[in-house]
Amino acid sequence: MNFLALEFPPVSHLFDWPTIWLDDTLLAVNKTVLIYIAATIVTMLIFTLAGRPRESLVPAGIQHVAESGVTFIEKSVVMQIIGPDGKKFMPLLTSLFFFVLFSNITEVIPFIQFPANGRMAIPATLALMVWLIYNVVGVKKQGMFGYLKNSLFPPGVPWPLYTIVAPIELVSTFVVRPFSLAVRLWANMVAGHLLLVTFAILSAALWEIYYAPAVLPFAMLILMTGFEILVSFLQAFIFTILTAVYIGGSMHPEH
Amino acid sequence: MFSILAQIAAGELLDGLKAIGAGLAVLGYGLAAIGPGLGIGMVVGNAISAMARQPESAGMVRTTMFLGIAFIEALALIGFVAFMLMLP
Repeated sequence: MNFLALEFPPVSHLFDWPTIWLDDTLLAVNKTVLIYIAATIVTMLIFTLAGRPRESLVPAGIQHVAESGVTFIEKSVVMQIIGPDGKKFMPLLTSLFFFVLFSNITEVIPFIQFPANGRMAIPATLALMVWLIYNVVGVKKQGMFGYLKNSLFPPGVPWPLYTIVAPIELVSTFVVRPFSLAVRLWANMVAGHLLLVTFAILSAALWEIYYAPAVLPFAMLILMTGFEILVSFLQAFIFTILTAVYIGGSMHPEH
Repeated sequence: MFSILAQIAAGELLDGLKAIGAGLAVLGYGLAAIGPGLGIGMVVGNAISAMARQPESAGMVRTTMFLGIAFIEALALIGFVAFMLMLP
């Protein structure tokens, strides 16, 4: 693509990274994989460090971060959406939130500047995992027949309408849910990365011509960086909250 | 003259059509953003008026608001994905 006489790199250059280790195998490692490994390690490290025994009762440092994260998930996700019996999903939801957050936030960290969730692999895997979990929970709580009946034939609908409602519910519960969960996270990160790249290229190209007009896109770039930090948090939160909604729907069917 | 036309048809016409296709893809994304924009505006506006009326229910309203935004936003994002896939 070519606009304002400056060369915009093809989209594949922004998202395809060359493999740097274990070429041509299933375990090939590139920048995205490194970011995911780092996000996993950071998530585990935070909670391992926060959970070690210590003398004072007052949380400080990393323990404070972990505890406020856990409280946030408990207050605004689990208690609001599932209820008190959703407490056993706290570890899942908390680690999901922190993992998605850490692999999103690399979008704005200098010298990394790539959202690992801008590739479809992990969003799709996480969505499949969530799909498995809420189906297993539903079958366990309501039985196979009850789960299918409650999810395909929601109560309170006049019976002739079930010929239309049941297929729609079938598609929306078992196909659209995981698909939209994965696409939402992925497309948000792709869009944010493209936005930042566009303004960065624009300011670099204007700087080459004359320094004064480059201030405008650069100010926009800084604004957008702040906005993308917000989006990273929000997408991690929304991923967690939707997981809680799906699990809660399988645990407490509508009566 | 025919050779010139043939040259145009071979190279530049294709480029022009590609540019038109890209323009149409951008237009399509713009169309896909209209509905979700209106929808998110309604959701957030009503959430704000609910929070102003009952500040004690702000936490619950905020969580539900983000849920509604997430469901609506999926439509705009699917439009964006189709736009990215259609770019020549």
